[in-house]
Amino acid sequence: MDSSGQTPKRTPLYALHEELGAKFVPFAGYAMPVQYRQGILAEHRHTRTQAGLFDVSHMGQVVVVGVNAARALEALVPGDLQALAVNHVRYTMFTNDRGGVLDDLMVTNAEEHLFLVVNASRKNEDLAHLEGHIRGCGIGPRRELALLALQGPTAAAVLGRMVRNVATMKFMTSIIASIDGIACRISRSGYTGEDGFEISVRDERAEDLARRLLKEPGVAPIGLGARDSLRLEAGLCLYGQDLTPDITPIEAGLAWTISKRRRGEGGFPGATVITGQLRDGPARRRVGLKPEGRAPAREHTPVVDANGQMVGEVSSGGFGPTVGGPVAMAYVPASHAKVGSHIGLSIRGAVHPASVVSLPFVPHRYAK
Amino acid sequence: MSGLKYTQEHEWILRDGNVGVVGITDYAQGQLGDVVYVELPSAGTEIEAGGQAAIVESVKAASEVYSPVSGKVVAVNDDLADNPGLVNESAEGDGWFFRIELGDPSELDDLMDKAAYDAFIAGLK
Repeated sequence: MDSSGQTPKRTPLYALHEELGAKFVPFAGYAMPVQYRQGILAEHRHTRTQAGLFDVSHMGQVVVVGVNAARALEALVPGDLQALAVNHVRYTMFTNDRGGVLDDLMVTNAEEHLFLVVNASRKNEDLAHLEGHIRGCGIGPRRELALLALQGPTAAAVLGRMVRNVATMKFMTSIIASIDGIACRISRSGYTGEDGFEISVRDERAEDLARRLLKEPGVAPIGLGARDSLRLEAGLCLYGQDLTPDITPIEAGLAWTISKRRRGEGGFPGATVITGQLRDGPARRRVGLKPEGRAPAREHTPVVDANGQMVGEVSSGGFGPTVGGPVAMAYVPASHAKVGSHIGLSIRGAVHPASVVSLPFVPHRYAK
Repeated sequence: MSGLKYTQEHEWILRDGNVGVVGITDYAQGQLGDVVYVELPSAGTEIEAGGQAAIVESVKAASEVYSPVSGKVVAVNDDLADNPGLVNESAEGDGWFFRIELGDPSELDDLMDKAAYDAFIAGLK
């Protein structure tokens, strides 16, 4: 039972996780592997040096079908979907009237429809949001689909042995493929900062596919613990911490996701707030913080100025295994957001010095 | 290791004259996973039995460590500052946390021995 009193749901890979020695935690209503036998540090390093296999089947997969699906969905997101070419993937977010973020998502132009991947914790709300606001399109939750991610510098070599045309794929593109007879949609994308792929596959074939991938040399199963430390070092936002209904994409440093046309035309919830912040600069910004000592500064750690006044808060923080020390992301006033600024982190009542640094902490290695 | 006494909060203490050596149990380190930071008390700190004495942080979360007995901290394990992984490698040995001057040695009688602790953690599974 989790805190909601519901028995946690299981992904199609639950039995495989158990066999692999997973430690489970409740996450967004699912029992998910937080780590396997290697432990989080080793799993993190494995993904940075070889290839890690993640079960992210708890995430929501949804299709939007209709002749004007891209235009219709643009009413809910600031991303430029009409400019999204067939088999290309775009990162965007559902916004509210205040310009805050209701969820962040990936949208693929799958030619006959748009294919959306949304956060597990938000999928029911997102479906209701889509059904309530999209006119003239069909909204189809694809509950029969699992999602695997293969991430790391050898991911392309591994998958390239199974699918001929993945080697030439560019970052943020997608194909329909067959892996040893298993039908999949493969996207070159991920949440680790490394090169890699996300593979959407029918539930009943997911375990077979996972076992085939795990048989390949250098592929290890990786849990949600390392997924979080990998994305933190990559400076990627986690919904519920770095993105919330009270944080705009501009404050979050995601202005790059909004094209010139969408900035000019608006037509998405909160456009007035967002275009105003694009013009004038936001009052606060998401920044990277490097604490000087070894104490991790976790979510909600107060950020204080030289006078000890609280000026902001850590949105995500912890230990960065590749960095070899603590790393954090925080929202601070624009006046404190310059790289090199010195601030303090109030950890259990003691102020620890830290510097504002550029994100990501570990360079992205995407196949651009 | 013989002579260790254990708490229900998964600390151990080994008596050495009028001083006790304190750490977290091997079971506790296994539950925490990779330890990346340990915040130790300052030497001279007076602590009550069951009072918060240290913080141990894994990749996932921070956890409080309580003193099994009352007394005054007389030394801490400085090796943990640079090598917090010692807690995983040797929780009930080189990964000790601090040494505490026993305020009341009879408090040790209230703690579990190895057999009782093993039975206690078996009941948690």
